Amino acid sequence: MIAQLLDAVFAVFFGVGACFLYFIGSHFVLERFFADSKGANGEVISRESLRNLLRPWIFLLPAVFMLFIYLVYPVFETLRLSFHDFTGERFVGFRNYHWAVQDPELLQAIGNNAMWLVVVPTLSVFFGLLVAVLADRVWWGGFAKSMIFMPMAISFVGASVIWKFVYDFRGADSEQIGSLNALVMFFGGEPEAWITIPFWNNFFLMIILIWIQTGFAMVILSAALRGVPEETLEAARIDGANEIQVFLKIMVPQIMGTILVVWTTITIIVLKIFDIVLAMTNGQWGTEVLANMMFDWMFRGGGDSGRGSTIALFIMIAVVPVMIWNIRRFRSEEES
Amino acid sequence: MMSHRIPLLNLSVGRLLVHLSLLMLVMVWVLPSMGLLISSFRDKDQLAITGWWTAFTTTSQNAFGRTGVAGEEVLQDGRYVLTGSFFEAGSKTIQSYNTNFRKLDAYRSGEPMTMKDGSLFTLHADGSYVWKSEKPFKHKRGKRIFYVAKVPPTFSLDNYLEVLSAEGIGQSFVNTFVVTIPATIIPITIAAFAAYAFAWMRFPGRQFLFVVVVGLLVVPLQMSLIPLLRMYNDIGAFFGVSGKSYPGIWLAHTGFGLPLAIYLLRNYMGTLPKEIIESARIDGANHFQIFTRLVVPLSVPALASFTILQFLWVWNDLLVALVFLGKSDDQIVLTSKMRELLGSRGDNWEILTSSAFISIVVPLIVFFALQRYFVRGLVAGSVKGG
Repeated sequence: MIAQLLDAVFAVFFGVGACFLYFIGSHFVLERFFADSKGANGEVISRESLRNLLRPWIFLLPAVFMLFIYLVYPVFETLRLSFHDFTGERFVGFRNYHWAVQDPELLQAIGNNAMWLVVVPTLSVFFGLLVAVLADRVWWGGFAKSMIFMPMAISFVGASVIWKFVYDFRGADSEQIGSLNALVMFFGGEPEAWITIPFWNNFFLMIILIWIQTGFAMVILSAALRGVPEETLEAARIDGANEIQVFLKIMVPQIMGTILVVWTTITIIVLKIFDIVLAMTNGQWGTEVLANMMFDWMFRGGGDSGRGSTIALFIMIAVVPVMIWNIRRFRSEEES
Repeated sequence: MMSHRIPLLNLSVGRLLVHLSLLMLVMVWVLPSMGLLISSFRDKDQLAITGWWTAFTTTSQNAFGRTGVAGEEVLQDGRYVLTGSFFEAGSKTIQSYNTNFRKLDAYRSGEPMTMKDGSLFTLHADGSYVWKSEKPFKHKRGKRIFYVAKVPPTFSLDNYLEVLSAEGIGQSFVNTFVVTIPATIIPITIAAFAAYAFAWMRFPGRQFLFVVVVGLLVVPLQMSLIPLLRMYNDIGAFFGVSGKSYPGIWLAHTGFGLPLAIYLLRNYMGTLPKEIIESARIDGANHFQIFTRLVVPLSVPALASFTILQFLWVWNDLLVALVFLGKSDDQIVLTSKMRELLGSRGDNWEILTSSAFISIVVPLIVFFALQRYFVRGLVAGSVKGG
């Protein structure tokens, strides 16, 4: 254990040190070799403009290099691999795509992803908004928000363990240790193995992500609600609007932009959902999703980079509209 | 506008409804984690048969004890007496007992039971027994006595001690730190320099490059996995080592975390007052000095926000660890280990609950200590997702 810890400390120093060395070293080199010098007649030859030309690229080089290697190049490489066989060596045209549109498992994964896409962002935003509004009206609202926000800090795997325990199933004649089945039996129902019930099990997995993401939606929406001017609300109340009308007709329209941002952020998380499905069912009992299937094909039978890449591209295609929307939004913000 | 009212004096039906519905929501959100936390401290045998909500109540348990054997008795007032105890006094309380496990309620504790040979057996509430006989005992195996006992709630750290040593969670805990710390510091350093360049330096292609960064914010990780795995394996093969290494995963997390880091930091640095930076330039400071002495100290809130986001993201990551790190003891991280335990020890809830809690305790501490920065980072960066 001591040796391991020492290795760890060394590794951390090595990794972080290399990074700092680049920035300090490149600064030193720049100052040393492109320093102002004295000309033959004793006048100062300033190289400041040259240094200023180089310095942005020194600052940017590691970032641009990393972004290129880890994100830009792989996008094109994945596209290329999707037209190749499982080894990535032989060109096979559209064969992987042909397989994709016929594979029942993949079609099911697309269907399940679509269900996740509808249910999870909707309910997360709904509960997030509900908590944000309710918590502003009680004196213990801060505490309530913290508690609902807490799952955001928990890993998807940790959350899966927590909820697998909630869904735990024992035969009808023994005492249940899972909260859900205990509750069902308390009300006179029969215990069920929830995560193996086809179709409905998808919703039991979605609950886990809703449980995590509601806190996120709540925090962002709560901040947006604070920005709604108090005078507008007061004016509506004086005009005789009740609290529900104030909420639906004044608050919600005012924060619609933020709701949309939260919605798309959760949508992207949902598109990539992987850990929960892997830990809970590994795609069994009809719960397969794209990201889990892609991971599976990366290693199944020694790995099939062609099919894996094709599945990854399906996720990418779904993300593209959000990407375009983000860039447009950024552009219009920059102009204003 | 509600806050200045005194809550108790204003309990209309509507307000009561607000309190109740929020309370319901909070309960639904908290109870699952509470169940896990409480269970992780429970006795593993109780945990397997009773719900965690019974943890604080006394439970009933059916068990048996074995008496001593012939030769252990003492002669007392002309009678042979065998004494002993089934368990440590105080750990349980006997309710009733019998030699026949089908009729456990036959004798209450302290009530003597006449055995077939006429001897008298008495089991007391504290688990001690007295067996008196006129004749010497002959049995060579201890006699089984079945009993019903009340078990008070017991909590201990036994489950934690077990997973930390025997299940290798302690080692995974260290591994997770080895992954997380560089994978947080490296991207933030690289991103801070780049963000400064985007915010305060003039160079051709600045606008274009930053739009690329905004576009990369949402590119799914899945697009990078296969090409990078192939690349890592090729590099590993070239040097004759495994493609799975700590530097490999640090760089992967750096690459994946950079777009959000650059985006957040550039937006923050862009809002710093122009005058400060310009006056520093007039005083002859170069960009490197302005950056390290002026901009970095002023950007601490944004740096802190991103550090927390990245720390939590790396600590909680499973996918990148599964692809770029091995599963040997010296590389496996907590999330990966948890996933293995879910497969191999799926029914051992004492192991799952305690290791899950170990894996979430560090993020929870970070979360509660730095919630404000965390929220700020989320609000500023709510374009990325995951």
